[in-house]
Amino acid sequence: MPRPASISRRGLLGGGAAAVGLGGAFAVGRASEAAGSSAGSGSVESERYALRGQHQPGIVTPAQDRLHFAAFDVLTEDRDELIDLLRSWTDAAEEMMAGRAVGSGAIGSFDLPPDDTGEALGLPASGLTITFGFGPGLFATTEGEDRFGLADRRPAGLEDLPHFPGDALIEARSGGDLCVQACAQDPQVAVHAIRNLARIGFGTVSVRWSQLGFGRTSTTSTQQETPRNLFGFKDGTDNVKAEEVDALDEHVWIGADDDPDAAWLAGGSFLVARRIAMDIEVWDRQPLGDQEDFVGRAKGTGAPLSGGEEHTAPDFSLAGSDGPIIPTTSHVAVVHPDHHDGVRMLRRGYNFVDGTTDLGALDAGLFFLAYVRDPRTHFTPVQQAMSRHDALMEYLTVTGSAVFAVPPGAGEGEYVGEPLFG
Amino acid sequence: MRPLLLAPALLLAAPLLAACTESTAPSSDAAAGDDVVTVSSTDDACEVSSTEVPSGKVTFEVTNDGSQVTEFYLLAGDGQAIKGEVENVGPEATRQLVLAVPPGDYVTACKPGMSGEGIRADFTVTDSGADLTPTGDDAELVDQAVTQYQAYVQDQSDQLLAGTKAFVKAYENGDDDQARALYPVARTHWERIETVAESFGDLDPKMDAREADLEAGQRWTGWHLMEKDLWPARADDYTALTPKQRRVYGDDLLANTDDLVGRIAKLELTVDQIANGSRGLLEEVATGKVTGEEEYWSRTDLYDFQANVDGARVAFEGVRPLLERNDPDLADQLDERFTALQKLLDQHRDAAAPKVDGQSGFVGYDQLSTSEVKQLADAVNALAEPLSRLTAAVLA
Repeated sequence: MPRPASISRRGLLGGGAAAVGLGGAFAVGRASEAAGSSAGSGSVESERYALRGQHQPGIVTPAQDRLHFAAFDVLTEDRDELIDLLRSWTDAAEEMMAGRAVGSGAIGSFDLPPDDTGEALGLPASGLTITFGFGPGLFATTEGEDRFGLADRRPAGLEDLPHFPGDALIEARSGGDLCVQACAQDPQVAVHAIRNLARIGFGTVSVRWSQLGFGRTSTTSTQQETPRNLFGFKDGTDNVKAEEVDALDEHVWIGADDDPDAAWLAGGSFLVARRIAMDIEVWDRQPLGDQEDFVGRAKGTGAPLSGGEEHTAPDFSLAGSDGPIIPTTSHVAVVHPDHHDGVRMLRRGYNFVDGTTDLGALDAGLFFLAYVRDPRTHFTPVQQAMSRHDALMEYLTVTGSAVFAVPPGAGEGEYVGEPLFG
Repeated sequence: MRPLLLAPALLLAAPLLAACTESTAPSSDAAAGDDVVTVSSTDDACEVSSTEVPSGKVTFEVTNDGSQVTEFYLLAGDGQAIKGEVENVGPEATRQLVLAVPPGDYVTACKPGMSGEGIRADFTVTDSGADLTPTGDDAELVDQAVTQYQAYVQDQSDQLLAGTKAFVKAYENGDDDQARALYPVARTHWERIETVAESFGDLDPKMDAREADLEAGQRWTGWHLMEKDLWPARADDYTALTPKQRRVYGDDLLANTDDLVGRIAKLELTVDQIANGSRGLLEEVATGKVTGEEEYWSRTDLYDFQANVDGARVAFEGVRPLLERNDPDLADQLDERFTALQKLLDQHRDAAAPKVDGQSGFVGYDQLSTSEVKQLADAVNALAEPLSRLTAAVLA
């Protein structure tokens, strides 16, 4: 039977093509939804991004409001099958990011289960980005087996993170051979993306864990307002932003000479994912003064306790009546780049609430996502300092953790990660 | 439970290999070179856009422009044998009927209101010289598949009756050890043809209902009631059945089994039902077995699991020659994934457990770790996804 031409979920055939990245990076298409509507009036739902480019989408893309993130175990031992999957995933991701259904669509032959699961029919692209990453297990199993002949291409920075005090990792919420981050302005669109990719993967991969996130907790563009985490504080004020081209090259993108064995990863990044559970009810009982001392910022404005506006640089030397006015154990003091040789991360985390615990407490927290050039220099030392000294740790438990190498963007006709297998 | 997965098609044995129907789709759906015939069915007319097409693949795009639900048929020249049909076309709906038609005289028919002989017209297919696979071979393969599978169902139902007799005897005699050993073995024969057995919607709840499935006021009878009585360890405050009660429930199961076996003997299956049965059995695994719900008391779920897989595999192998021709890649993939699932199941065999067909039985489901269950679930998903395309590929 001939395959019907893939149709746009909104009949948007060709109307408002996605802008393919200026220089490949940061491909933003604010395609207006209906032909003829004036430029710039597009709602957030009508945002569209290109899959292909120098870097993968979903990193410097202005952080969308919703997340569905999934980690997969690879079941197959056949390298070609793995490559076929990455090719199918790339195709499907490109369709979905353009606001189209996957494969032959959600409405096809009456005698077959439809290729697309259909819950995104009628919904626009909603700024969907799909970002793929490779975990340590792809390069060697825990038994050290090099199942896909990739061991000599393993990036040196791609190793399991050390144990940090305060970690209470649940194995079933940690690790993974592959990851897919789907971000969108509409949760249904993000869930549709993960669901369809998981379905395409049955038999080749198996979902290890997945996490839903609502409410971004970072800004990745200067055009965005700083949002708040579930402690009620502005989060991600000093994040690396898309507009900071030099800082991105220094702290986020992997350089061509960073790792000769892993030259395939140039233009990519590392992703650290951490499920940080918050002790919400106990936190809520802390006096405002204490809360601000724990964070080091004013709850209302987000300004550092040393004064100024949200984006004023904190002055860690400004004395208060009892030591520095920004306490040395405050979160901002412990993790600030000034205290870590200037290293910065591109954070892209999301608030999550997975219902309530057996005891009736919110099962909630921050699903922390950070893109860095090397976890060994840009994440681990900061996390170590945080685990040891940060006053906030009293209210945090890390229940899931994973690290992935995020390949560069796919070029025309390529699948994501192709240079690794080439 | 999905008691009717097999049933609806029984009355309307669809012509084999005839057709696949499609919903409204862009007309680009028909590849260049195919003939598209549009049909407008109203309450009192059946307008067919052309009455003559060259032989080859023909797509009838049937639109219901009337107010009643309609059907469209392509009949042989004698006006009797059905070459292809679309049913249940609602008002304003469009469905497609795609057929490979050899040259000859035919009759088209719209059937608004779904009854009567319909509004008929002659239809001619001229010889285009197109090479259509001879239908003779198909018919033979279909016959073989049906004959083989029918024999399998028959054999399993006979063994089910024999196994049930032995089980009921031990149970009613109070020989609990023997009854416990016979239970998973007899049930294997039920589970191998579960989709067929469940197609008798009146018998299934009497024979195979789990306690949790019961509606308020519904009387519980059948296998799982006796299962609980034999393995009451997980029950709170359980009162054992009296010997008299045992006789009532045992005899009831035996009578229902007898009835079932009699009805199965009269069943006439079609090839699409066989393919659908294969998929249905895997769905049984995915919804009831891998979750460990089916045999809550005895924990003999792996016997049922294996039996569902056995039945699915036999059904698949029956239609495999047809699939081989239409979609050899799918046939290979299904082979591979049946094998992978079997390999996993074999890891849980227990030489000390009751044997089935001379093969070792299985450990209790509670002996499996979470990761072992996850492995099984992954293998079931891996098989079930391509298996969901089996029927369409067989009929293509």
